[in-house]
Amino acid sequence: MASVTHSFMKLFRGSSTVSGQGARAVSMAQRLTRRSSGLGAVSRTLQSQEPICVLDIGSTSAANIRYLTERGHKIYSEDLLEASTDPSLMTKDEQGQTILDSRRFLADNLVYPAAQFDIVLCWNLADYMHESLVKPVVARLWSTIKPGGMLLAFFHTHEAGPDAPCYRYHIVDNDILEMQHVEARRDLRKGPTGALHTSIERSFRLQRVFNNRHVENLFRDFGSIKFFLTRDNIREVLVVR
Amino acid sequence: MDMPKTGEFAHIGKSVVIKGELSGSEDLYIDGTVEGAIQLHGNNLVIGPNGHVHADINAKGVVIQGKLEGNIRATDRAELRKSAVILGDIVTQRIAIEDGAYFKGKVEIQSQSTKPNSPSANRPEPQVEARSAAAGGTPVTKR
Repeated sequence: MASVTHSFMKLFRGSSTVSGQGARAVSMAQRLTRRSSGLGAVSRTLQSQEPICVLDIGSTSAANIRYLTERGHKIYSEDLLEASTDPSLMTKDEQGQTILDSRRFLADNLVYPAAQFDIVLCWNLADYMHESLVKPVVARLWSTIKPGGMLLAFFHTHEAGPDAPCYRYHIVDNDILEMQHVEARRDLRKGPTGALHTSIERSFRLQRVFNNRHVENLFRDFGSIKFFLTRDNIREVLVVR
Repeated sequence: MDMPKTGEFAHIGKSVVIKGELSGSEDLYIDGTVEGAIQLHGNNLVIGPNGHVHADINAKGVVIQGKLEGNIRATDRAELRKSAVILGDIVTQRIAIEDGAYFKGKVEIQSQSTKPNSPSANRPEPQVEARSAAAGGTPVTKR
C-alpha cells in the first residue's frame, strides 16, 4: 500500500519525494531512474562512430565506464567531490578562517592537457562542492574541453531543500539515468601534520542553490548554454565551449 | 576471477614490504606492500584488502581489493572491488567495478579479434533494484 501511495505522490511531486525525508531511508543499493534531456542531447555525440574522449567527474560509475567503452570511447574518471574531502586541503586564510586550498586541489586533480575532452560529465558536483573550489574547477574544465566540446551539469532548484541527497549518476540508455545515493568514504588519510583523519562528514550536503543567473555567470566563458527544465527540482544545463 | 584458495596463489603477506620488480609465471596474491613493477604475463594478480601497491601491473587478470597507485594492463580482465582505491590508468579487455570503488584514471578497452568484447562480458556489476522516479524536461536555449 505504501508503495502505491509513494507512486501516486510521484505523479505530483516528481522525485522530490525521494529528495526529502524519505531519501534517508533509501538504501545505498537502491537506484531511481529518471529521464534526462541533457543526457539525450549529449548522446547524439556519444553515438558518433569516431572515438571521443569523455571525462566523468562524478562518483565512480561502472555503468558509465561500460556504456562509453562499449561505444569505443575513452573515458577518464575522477571523483572530484570525494577528492575535495581530503583533510590535507584544509588551510587558514589571512583572517584565520579555515578554507580549502584550491591551488593545491588543482595541482592534484584535473591535471590534463588543454582541449583534451569532447564531453565532460559534471553531474551535480557544483551543488555539493566547497564554495572556494567551484569557480576554479569550472575554469580548469573550460581549458580541458575542446572547442565545441560539451559539459553536462545538474543544479538543484530551491524547492529541492537543504537535505537533497547527493547522487551518483549511472547512464542506462541514451536519455535514461539511474541515481544512487552516495556517501563519503571513511578511509584514513594523512593530514598536513601527518596525523590520520577520516572525512568529517559522512554524507555530502547541498552547499548552495544556484539560480539561473549564477549558472550563466559560472559558465560565462563558454560559447553557449542550454537549460533543460525538469519536474524533479533539478535543472539540467548543457554548455558548449 | 574467484578469490584464491590456499596453495593456488603465491602469497605476499600483509607484513611484507617489497621494493623492486616482481615477475613470475604463477598467480600472485599481495596483501602487503609492493613498490616497483609487477610482471605476471599470462597469470593473475589479486591485491588483497590490506595490499598497498605502488607499481605498474602487467598480468592476465587483476583483482583489486586494496590500494593501487599505478597503471594496469590486464590482457583478460580487471576487477575493482568495493574497497579498492586505484589511481592510474587501466587497459584491459573486460572490466568490472563494484559500487564503492574509488577510481581516478583512464579506462581503455582493448578487444582481441579472436575474443570479441561482448557487452555481456563487459558487464561490471550485479543488477540492483531500480525504480522510476522522475521525468525529463523541456529545453530552453539562452544566449
